[in-house]
Amino acid sequence: MKWKTVLKKGISVLVAGSMVLALAACGGGSSSDDDSSDSGTGSGGEESITLEFQQWWGVELPDGFLAEICQGFTDETGIKIELLSNPYADTKTQVAAGAAAGTMADVVGLDGAWVYDFAKQGSIANLTELMTADGYDDSQLSDQIQYEGNTYMIPVVNFAYPMYVNMDILEAAGVEELPTTWSEFIDAAKKVADSDENVAAWAIPLSTESPSGIQNNFMSWLWASGGSMLKDGQPNLTDNGDLEATVDFVKELFDEGLVASGAYAMKEADMVEEFTNGRVAFMTDSLAHLLTIKEGAPDMDFQFMSLPVKDGYAGQSGMDVANWGIGIAENCEHKEEAMKFVEYLMSPEVNAKLAIAANAFPGNSNADPDYADADPLFLDAYAIYQECYAVNEFTGLPTSEELMRSFDEQLQLYLDGDTASTKEMLSATQTIWEEAFK
Amino acid sequence: MSAARTSIYGKERMKVMKTRSRRMDVLKKKSTPYLYLFPTIVLMLLLLVVPIIMVIGYSFFDNVIVNKEPAFVGLKNYISIVNDATFWVAVKNTLIFVGGSVVAHLILGMAFSMLLNTRYLGNKTKGIFRVLYVLPWMFTGSVIAILWKMMLNPNGIMNFLLEVLHISSNHIEWLGSRQTALFAVTFINIWSGYPFYMISILAGLQGISTDLYEASALDGANSVQQFIRITIPQLKPILISLIMLDFVWTIQQFALIWMTTGGGPINATETLSTYIYKQGFSKYQYSMASASACIVLVVCTIIAIFYVRHQKARD
Repeated sequence: MKWKTVLKKGISVLVAGSMVLALAACGGGSSSDDDSSDSGTGSGGEESITLEFQQWWGVELPDGFLAEICQGFTDETGIKIELLSNPYADTKTQVAAGAAAGTMADVVGLDGAWVYDFAKQGSIANLTELMTADGYDDSQLSDQIQYEGNTYMIPVVNFAYPMYVNMDILEAAGVEELPTTWSEFIDAAKKVADSDENVAAWAIPLSTESPSGIQNNFMSWLWASGGSMLKDGQPNLTDNGDLEATVDFVKELFDEGLVASGAYAMKEADMVEEFTNGRVAFMTDSLAHLLTIKEGAPDMDFQFMSLPVKDGYAGQSGMDVANWGIGIAENCEHKEEAMKFVEYLMSPEVNAKLAIAANAFPGNSNADPDYADADPLFLDAYAIYQECYAVNEFTGLPTSEELMRSFDEQLQLYLDGDTASTKEMLSATQTIWEEAFK
Repeated sequence: MSAARTSIYGKERMKVMKTRSRRMDVLKKKSTPYLYLFPTIVLMLLLLVVPIIMVIGYSFFDNVIVNKEPAFVGLKNYISIVNDATFWVAVKNTLIFVGGSVVAHLILGMAFSMLLNTRYLGNKTKGIFRVLYVLPWMFTGSVIAILWKMMLNPNGIMNFLLEVLHISSNHIEWLGSRQTALFAVTFINIWSGYPFYMISILAGLQGISTDLYEASALDGANSVQQFIRITIPQLKPILISLIMLDFVWTIQQFALIWMTTGGGPINATETLSTYIYKQGFSKYQYSMASASACIVLVVCTIIAIFYVRHQKARD
């Protein structure tokens, strides 16, 4: 009898205890996927420093690659790196939450669109000061994202956004030469649309949930023709002939029915799917999707080209880039060590290795990645990239995503006919943007 | 003499001790339920009450989290929100979304539950259909959003079926057009939420005594009269609970709308939840987001008060 009671009580305690543990486990570690490259943090009474590195790169690189790179740093300096790898969206949430609570990881992967707001908030450290203190030669960095004159983020690798072309569709439509100007593009697009009603000439993801289409698919036309949407770092949307011409060009594509349907709800991933399924002829997209498209459509004949430029433009083209950027948290207790890690990742040899593994271009202009084993298409894209200058005017702007969203909404109103003219549309957007810059 | 005093003192002391121990027993008995509740209360305080109070507090400052020195601004945020045209669009869309969902849930739930309660089918058949009809409720919001986004793609299966059945001849942009986006999103929400009504009403239907139906049949009532005079009144308490709960849950629906349209095109599907999200996580205006969230809190609290009153009245 007594034994039964003991057993009953024991089981109920066990069940209650495991429920509490499950609750704690669910709340605590659901998203973090700890992938420590060190085997024993805090072993014995050693003074070894461990830096936390929060990023989404580990998830997108080959398994174990990033851990290996970090181990190289540990072997050199004895400083351990604890990798916190999560998908991109989760990383953004975690970094934002860390910024709010002052508990950001020591070193963080950053997207250019987040820099301004985190820098303004005082959550990320001033890298210019750290580089100067360390005597680091920053001339080798291809770009530095700044806020009020100081660097807060360094792009580690760049993903270019060339134009993908489905050669099968062009062949079927009788387009013999790749267009190099806007008017040639419209002619080619019309031929494509006429040849098959299930195929669209071009696609643009304009979903307001993720309005990156404005940066990558709309502004890329402007930047390819040497245009700019800013003047002295401030919005310059009105009295901007190049931008007006770009809006008119995109409106013409829509009015002529040359754009893939469902644009207002389309996201980048949907656009890539449309292209992979052979329903879009021309698409401006990240080089990072090359392998995905090849795997999804192994028999499709496609290649890269640089974006057609505005008729009459003869200067150098700007190529839209997105990047994996790196920054240091203001709440980091070992900023000098963290800076050493950043410098290690930016060193020519390591940077080149990262670039090859990520199918990207190096952030260090002295790095010389050996793309010998790379896909020939990747090499074509690299050749096109080297003839252009890397540009992304949205990095380092205040509330970048919101700027893209408001431009997207005004563009949709204009495309639907709610706004009477390009000038009116740009003027309305300028007013909204100026509010964000105050 | 001292022995007598001691014994009197001793007796008094024993009396006091007995009273004390009785009091202790009573206290123990009374406090035992609260001790059982204590862990849950602590968790609820920490995870529910404290964050709500913090958010209400945030709504009275100029901006928090991103601002190191927030200044108290009183009701300024609430006034800004009430003067924001997008807020009223969000309110309108939310009312259409919630109203449409609740009504359709009720009708569909009632219809399916009556089908599943029929005496014309065997139990096994009814069991199989019950599983099939309840399936939409099994999926999470994100999965539903992705699935329906693919199905409602202009090149997707919905348009294909409509064209094959000659109901429409062109690719309708269900989620990409201002005319159809809100309808499409409401439809998806109706599809994912009706099983909850169905199961609850089915339980209620099975609780209605067949004597009532037999008696009414003897009085010459047809099926429509039976439905209106017996079924509905018997189900009334359940229906009212369901409507109130669904109202509160649907007002807070975020994942579905965000992942299908993001509040777009333009603001065709902008609801209070997406409006709050954009204020907070896109514009970094956490105080404005807090103020909007407080407005939703007030609305939900009013409904919750009616719900609790209704439940108490039932008891």
